[in-house]
Amino acid sequence: MQQIIDRRLAGKNKSIGNRERFLRRHKEQIREAVKRAVAGRGIRDIAQGEDIPIPRRDIREPVFGHGSGGRREMVHPGNRDFVRGDRIDRPQGGGGQGGSGQAGDSGEGEDDFVFHLTKEEFMQVFFDDLALPNLVRTTLADTPAYKTHRAGFSSDGTPNNLHVVRSMRGAIGRRIALGSQARRELARLEALLEVLLAPPVSPSRRQEIQALEDDIEALRAHIERIPYLDPIDLRYRNRVRTPVPTARAVMFCLMDVSGSMDEARKDLAKRFFILLYLFLTRHYERIDIVFIRHHTQAQEVSEHDFFHATETGGTVVSSALVLMEQIIRARYPSGEWNIYGAHASDGDNWHNDSAHCRELLANEILPLCRYFAYIQVVEQEQNLWQEYAALAAISDTFAMRKASTADQIYPVFRELFSKEVRAK
Amino acid sequence: MNHTLSDRPPPAQASAAKLPAPGDWTFELLHQYHEAIRSTAQRFGLDTYPNQLEIITAEQMMDAYASVGMPVNYRHWSYGKEFIATDRNYRRGQMGLAYEIVINANPCISYLMEENTMAMQALVIAHAAYGHNSFFKGNYLFRMWTDASSIIDYLVYAKDYVAGCEERHGIDAVELLLDSCHALMNYGVDRYRRPSRLSLGEERARAADREAYAQQQVNELWRTLPRRPEKEAAEKEATRFPAEPQENLLYFIEKNAPLLEPWQREIVRIVRKVAQYFYPQRQTQVMNEGWATFWHHHLLNTLYDDGYLADGLMIEWLKSHTNVVFQPPVGHPSYHGINPYALGFAMYSDIKRICEAPSDEDRDWFPDIAGSDWLATLDHAMRNFKDESFIGQYLSPRLMRAFRLFAIVDDEKAPKLEVSAIHDEAGYRILREAMSRQYDLGSREPNIQVWSVNLRSDRSLVLRHTQHNERPLDDSAEEVLKHVARLWGFPVHLESVDSKGKRSRHWLVTPAPG
Repeated sequence: MQQIIDRRLAGKNKSIGNRERFLRRHKEQIREAVKRAVAGRGIRDIAQGEDIPIPRRDIREPVFGHGSGGRREMVHPGNRDFVRGDRIDRPQGGGGQGGSGQAGDSGEGEDDFVFHLTKEEFMQVFFDDLALPNLVRTTLADTPAYKTHRAGFSSDGTPNNLHVVRSMRGAIGRRIALGSQARRELARLEALLEVLLAPPVSPSRRQEIQALEDDIEALRAHIERIPYLDPIDLRYRNRVRTPVPTARAVMFCLMDVSGSMDEARKDLAKRFFILLYLFLTRHYERIDIVFIRHHTQAQEVSEHDFFHATETGGTVVSSALVLMEQIIRARYPSGEWNIYGAHASDGDNWHNDSAHCRELLANEILPLCRYFAYIQVVEQEQNLWQEYAALAAISDTFAMRKASTADQIYPVFRELFSKEVRAK
Repeated sequence: MNHTLSDRPPPAQASAAKLPAPGDWTFELLHQYHEAIRSTAQRFGLDTYPNQLEIITAEQMMDAYASVGMPVNYRHWSYGKEFIATDRNYRRGQMGLAYEIVINANPCISYLMEENTMAMQALVIAHAAYGHNSFFKGNYLFRMWTDASSIIDYLVYAKDYVAGCEERHGIDAVELLLDSCHALMNYGVDRYRRPSRLSLGEERARAADREAYAQQQVNELWRTLPRRPEKEAAEKEATRFPAEPQENLLYFIEKNAPLLEPWQREIVRIVRKVAQYFYPQRQTQVMNEGWATFWHHHLLNTLYDDGYLADGLMIEWLKSHTNVVFQPPVGHPSYHGINPYALGFAMYSDIKRICEAPSDEDRDWFPDIAGSDWLATLDHAMRNFKDESFIGQYLSPRLMRAFRLFAIVDDEKAPKLEVSAIHDEAGYRILREAMSRQYDLGSREPNIQVWSVNLRSDRSLVLRHTQHNERPLDDSAEEVLKHVARLWGFPVHLESVDSKGKRSRHWLVTPAPG
């Protein structure tokens, strides 16, 4: 018995179950690494894979082995000038003369074991942290919708896309092309035959006629054999997929950078912005992000400055709202842009300013916005919270939430997502 | 000894048709080459299991790598780690994949990677499907320890069983158990006893009975009911348990660990069986790889002499062959000890030479084989030895000179290393012995056995490490002991005893609560 079997299509990724178990085992390290990555990345770069380092000692599988010491004898090849009884200094660094095949893990030293987390796995961990419900996850992870439209013809495809007219036209052309010479020859021979058949017919001619008739018969058969429809004639409608063009959106990230916003709070705020960004990428082809930071004054800054610069001083929230409104009027006319706002703060505000903020939001900004979310990263309620609470009660495009850990962020968006889910 | 090989091969047929040698292989060509190689192998009397050649992709090769070369195995994170590391190295181009993996099964499965050229496929077929395959079938260790016809079935059973346990008892519980078993895998083999054969049907049918029965036995051992005084007095005499030290730690744990659930015992057993299956491979690295390398070299050269193979194809596989049998000298950046391919290939070639054209020295050293029939001699050598004894028997002075072997003694007490022997008249025997010991698994792995169990008080298990040449255990001993304690469920002692019987070091690990 001998067999040669083609297993190439038998499916790869047999190890996927083992990989899952590996990830599972190192969940904690991976979560830490993802956390670091999220902090280090720009909001727009969030949906990517990541290299995860794991210390080698954590993945070691111990077995009993000989330690150094005692007496041992090793045989090596490639003696150059040793003779029996020579004494040699011990090589530095212990067992450099490692001996039989101890390469492998130990040979690579104490570097971390690094592996690549795919984009999907990365997002999975990120979402886990935010405690996103599954339905929302799939909504977020989905690729945008595509529309297929026709783009010419192709020579292969599925039967339902067969273009009959095109195929038949090709077939006719092919039949003409393949048969033309034979037909010309046929016409010539037939003319000849007619001449020969004209009486009187002598016996010698009879033979000639017979030969001619045979030739004519052969030619007819040849023409007959040209297939009516050949696989190469078939033409299919070609369809290409293009992303559905969607409208543009702008996302305003507003953050309080007064002294009381420390790194942990900023990190929380960042996750909040990332989530909104991810949500928007689902719906809009083009998204602008405007970063506005504020203390007593507001200014528009780059993403890096937004997250990494610290200022001190009091807080006047309305300054940011005013700036946002100015930017909208100057650059993002609400007729052309879908406007989303997200504001993160520790709730501290100059006392007299909070009522002003509410008015600004209610009268100027909310009418222009699709959605405005406010997140307070501390528990304590101050007057800004109370003012906003009153607003949230009457407006359905305004959402607010307190979040002191990452998993409390999602509820802010619940309404936004539930609408989305319902629309599906 | 062997009736199939004692005859000289019939002479080759004159002027065979040359096989086409394009760069890329096709199925048609594979068949032709395989046929040519098969008939040549038959002429030399290579006795093999039926061959099954499987074409696979690089990804599938990596999958196979990750699960210790087996086409199916139970799931464990360490295989995932292996896969990730392989995948990463391969993608970075740091590592080429092996050209072949061959599985000791009946039929013998050899993987051919789709990326290989025709020349490489021919090399792999000769190497794996005829070299390794005949070794698996012929060598006494494989005949004794492994049952080629049922291993795949057994692994399927193992995979299903472990998956079932994961479902019933949770992935974590199974993972912890497997971690612990893997730590002791090298101590899960019977070194001296003959194993029973595995068979899927029996295995399934008996698993349930075994569970119930084993548990009952264990319970008997750990009975807490008070016994009659006179009986107890009699038993005091024979308190020692086990009666003799036990080398197979996993077997001992499977049968005697007090707290293991039946399913846990079954998993211990599975790991043990798999370890046993791989045990011969670990003992015959040089012989096995050398045999396969010798035969691909000999078969393809014979085919060339018979006029089958084109010159270009020969150059191509010879280049690869040369890389495989390269032995870097000590101190070379790529030196990682002795290359088993190089040593094995050289030894079999040397035996053939001794048979065909012995020198006076050879007649002196190998009076029994010098000038004998090389096929029969080689076959005898392949069947009846393992690395340790093979080297002890057949390493010739000529080879020691060719490899320029030298032995170094590393004694803790001496300030410097000492060269104890080199490739000269005085050193040949010492070298050969040292080399042979180097391949003795018994001295490569620390000798650790179950010494006793404290049946009366805290149920602790005492393991004893008997030092070989005063060599101590390394730092991972404590980690491994934690695994032993997890399996045993009660405190575990490990005593390291030197050659004079003095206890030089002692570890104690109590299992983590919960």
